[in-house]
Amino acid sequence: MSERRGPRAQSLIALCVAGVVLFNFPLLAVWGQGATVFGLPLLPVALFGIWAALIAILAWVSERGGG
Amino acid sequence: MSPVLVLGACAGYLLVLFLVAAWSDRRAAEGRSVIDSALVYALSWGVYCTAWTYFGSVGRAATGGVWFLPIYLGPMLAMLVAWIVLRKMVRIAHTYRITSIADFIAGRYGKSPGLAALVTLITVIGIVPYIALQLKAVEAGYIVLTGRGDEDAVGWLGDGTFYVALSLATFAIIFGTRHLDVAERHEGMVAAIAFESIVKLVAFLAVGAFVTWGLFGGMSDIWARAGEVPKLAGLMQLGGPGFDHAQWFAMTVLSAFSVLLLPRQFQVMVVECVNERHVRRAAWLFPAYLLLINVFVLPIAIGGLLLLGAGGDPETFVLSLPLTQGAPGLALLAYLGGLSAATGMLIVETVAVSTMVCNDLVMPALLRLGRLGDGDLTRIILNVRRAAIVAVLMLGYLYFHVAGEAYALVSIGLISFAAVAQFAPSLLGGIYWRGGTRVGAIAGLVAGFAVWAWTLMLPSVAKSGWIADDFVAHGPFGIGLLAPEQLFGLTGLDSLTHSLFWSMLANVGLYVGLSLARAPSAREASQALLFVDVFRRPGAEPVFWRGRARLDDLRALAARFLGPARAEALFDEHAAEVGVPVPDLVADARLVDRVERQIAGAVGTASARVLVASVAQEEPLSVEDVLEILDESSQLRGYARALESATVELRDANEALKSLDELKDDFMSSVTHELRTPLTSIRALSEVMRDTPDIEPAERDEFLRIIVSETERLGRLVNQVLDLAKIESGHAEWHNTDVDLRAVIQDAARAVSELFRERGARLDLSLPDAVPTIRADADRLTQVMLNLLSNAAKFVPDVDGRVEVRLRSEADALVVEVHDNGPGVPQPDQATVFEKFRQGGDAQTRPPGTGLGLPISRQIVDHLGGRMWLESEPGRGACFAFRLPLQPGGNENELQGADS
Amino acid sequence: MSCKVLIADDEPNIVVSLSFMMKREGYDVLVARDGVEALDTIRRERPALVLLDAMMPGMTGFDVCEAVRADAGVRETRIVMLTAKGRETDVARGLGAGADAYVTKPFSTRDLVAKVRDMLA
Repeated sequence: MSERRGPRAQSLIALCVAGVVLFNFPLLAVWGQGATVFGLPLLPVALFGIWAALIAILAWVSERGGG
Repeated sequence: MSPVLVLGACAGYLLVLFLVAAWSDRRAAEGRSVIDSALVYALSWGVYCTAWTYFGSVGRAATGGVWFLPIYLGPMLAMLVAWIVLRKMVRIAHTYRITSIADFIAGRYGKSPGLAALVTLITVIGIVPYIALQLKAVEAGYIVLTGRGDEDAVGWLGDGTFYVALSLATFAIIFGTRHLDVAERHEGMVAAIAFESIVKLVAFLAVGAFVTWGLFGGMSDIWARAGEVPKLAGLMQLGGPGFDHAQWFAMTVLSAFSVLLLPRQFQVMVVECVNERHVRRAAWLFPAYLLLINVFVLPIAIGGLLLLGAGGDPETFVLSLPLTQGAPGLALLAYLGGLSAATGMLIVETVAVSTMVCNDLVMPALLRLGRLGDGDLTRIILNVRRAAIVAVLMLGYLYFHVAGEAYALVSIGLISFAAVAQFAPSLLGGIYWRGGTRVGAIAGLVAGFAVWAWTLMLPSVAKSGWIADDFVAHGPFGIGLLAPEQLFGLTGLDSLTHSLFWSMLANVGLYVGLSLARAPSAREASQALLFVDVFRRPGAEPVFWRGRARLDDLRALAARFLGPARAEALFDEHAAEVGVPVPDLVADARLVDRVERQIAGAVGTASARVLVASVAQEEPLSVEDVLEILDESSQLRGYARALESATVELRDANEALKSLDELKDDFMSSVTHELRTPLTSIRALSEVMRDTPDIEPAERDEFLRIIVSETERLGRLVNQVLDLAKIESGHAEWHNTDVDLRAVIQDAARAVSELFRERGARLDLSLPDAVPTIRADADRLTQVMLNLLSNAAKFVPDVDGRVEVRLRSEADALVVEVHDNGPGVPQPDQATVFEKFRQGGDAQTRPPGTGLGLPISRQIVDHLGGRMWLESEPGRGACFAFRLPLQPGGNENELQGADS
Repeated sequence: MSCKVLIADDEPNIVVSLSFMMKREGYDVLVARDGVEALDTIRRERPALVLLDAMMPGMTGFDVCEAVRADAGVRETRIVMLTAKGRETDVARGLGAGADAYVTKPFSTRDLVAKVRDMLA
């Protein structure tokens, strides 16, 4: 049935929990130590990087399985 | 920059917006919807990015570094579960024709009009300042661009912002109140919003690229130069242990709720959703959009601080940077981007809020006052909605004028977020928890809203100086424990987190507590089941209604609120589904439910309930009744499901069996019929002669002739039936030799020459000089040729009948065609000529035959690995043809190939 | 006065035998080759009895039978249904359509003649 098709609920919830953990204390304090990557400050790079990764994984989880 | 240019650009932009919307509406009318795509759907969600974020993010980043991010990270987190949560909201809303958050929450808790009104009030109070904020952004940008304020303006009439508000009201009225049924989508509006999302993204990216690569040497250059300024370097770090993780978390959660619960988000995500499957792709496209529009926020903020110093207002860097750095055209584009962010929000928010105001405040009041009359109300309802649009926008404009530069306006974005977050417990709780009750929802909302107003709204008003701010510092009447920003002495939290904590505590606490304290009523329980279990029974929801209604009353009610045409269509559709004519319809629960849902699409769930109750005699349901109805429907559902799976599994087998059965039955029945018909003549005539000794000799001869010919017919039939049975069952004997097909054709032609002479027809053979021999049974092939030739002879015209046999050799096969110049075979019969007992013509004019010649011929050709077909255009003769492979038993070769 | 009997069948040879039998019994014989013609003849000539083949092209014998029973002018016409299909369902259908008797082909001529004679007595 087409109703059932789509990403699995468990995967999505796990991804959401991972997002909450990655974006908040205490991991946030790890990103915010003032280090730099390629001349850019780590904090915004890390936040944007995690953000992009979450989008990519969500897109992958959503789009595989066809339709 | 000249005001004329700026105003002209704005007017031009708004004109384009109208054109996009009109174009999209026209496409929709042609059945080629623009918005039926996940991409456009996701772009329309971009209405989340308002002028507040368009200008404000840079401002926030300039003072707090990454603090602009939580309100985008929250939506990212929410989108991760959109397929679960949002899709459920969409399904519920579409199933029950829900058109606003007020409708949604009220519908869930027993279609309570009071709850709908409460949600509407909270929305209006929470959102109007937000609308004002957008108007302020439009004005502020205008001042930056033109370098002057509107001091010289004379009242409202000289105020450009007023005209922006006015044109948006016009837009919202034209494209937001197209049809009465809000559950119908507003194609033009959504397309325009998606277009605006593109404009603001492009404009912001253009400014970002200009700053990053035009004014600086890329991102690392900006960072490197910022690093030299100690104040700026600190922006990129969390700032040590003083970082407010609680506020960060609170803002993330808040925006995660808001992205689902803001009226405009609910409008574009839920109400305007064309297809719930689009949610799957939009859920990742939308965060990607947010990421893109935020990539350059920090570079613009820091670039602005470096170039313009502390003197510039960071909130307008997007405009002032290109303006002061020699790119006025870009500044104008950036302003249009800001305008698109503001107008998008204003349009959708106004349409959404006005729907609530109309359906949940004005209509119930009008209904209660009985001021609506008996006629067609559709026009009145539409006008109420239009008036509500103007009222909401003007309210925002008024607030903007009164509040002016006050603090209340600057912080209103998050304050609005906190207001709509109050809907989260009753709405999200309501779609997953059956136990939630109306009393719990009302108490939670009232308490949460009160705490929000006391701890967040009022202090912000006080800080803007409208009311004395003593109570903020010292508490009301000097009671320190009630001080709004340190409620019960709670300190250490910023005001937003503080307010969110207390309001949510009160809201969730009362919602859960009171819901558990008292069992839900039957109506609440039934609505809870419909909402929570919406995915369990697609298309077969139980109807929790008992009572009596008159068909005429229902029709009159529907006609009043839907208009005569739609009402008629509704009843026609129902009649077609039930399978009886409209006048014979029974006003049963299912029809009442259907009418109520349709009216709900027009005037809201709660009002629709009241209206239907007013024309029907309803029996109050007990919780037991609800369970009983549910039980009946789940039994039905069980049967339906069992039936469905059985059908799915057995469909193929069933089909095959059925057709086989029919074939057998048809065949047997046809055989008996064909056998009995000649037998009847034979027996009857024999008995007649036996019983009539004095029969005339001429008559006797005629009878005997008939008897002989019918006996022949009988014998032929028996032989052919046996033949066919043998070939079909594989018991026929095949004496295969190397056969020259030319000889076979010539033999057959000789055999039918007498028949052709009788018919006065000509038979031409066009055969090649030599063809390769094939491995086959010569007698069987002769039988095929005889069948085809005698068949052709039967159908040629009496005068100038012609039949031509052509034999040709192909690379791997021989093809024989038998053309006649008869009437041809009508299209519908062509498919069946090879079926048994399908004879052309009727019994009088039909030449004698058994109806088995062609089926047998085809069986023979099939057995030899060939194929037989018919080509015919009626009126231009028929061509029966067959093709025999030179390598006999090609099928067997294939099988062997597959084995090895 | 002799009775009119209509023979409606699409098989010419069966018509030959039936009409010989009916003429021999002294009835006036009418012939129809299909259902439509049969119904027309019944309405025009008002025969006392019809020997009606069940399987005719166009309008079947069942259809003709129903139409006759629905037509007040010719409702009283006796109808003997003849069929080459002897299944129970066909018999039931024929009687359901309002036939007075049902005869399976091939039939005994003596029985058929006796039945017709009875029905016209």
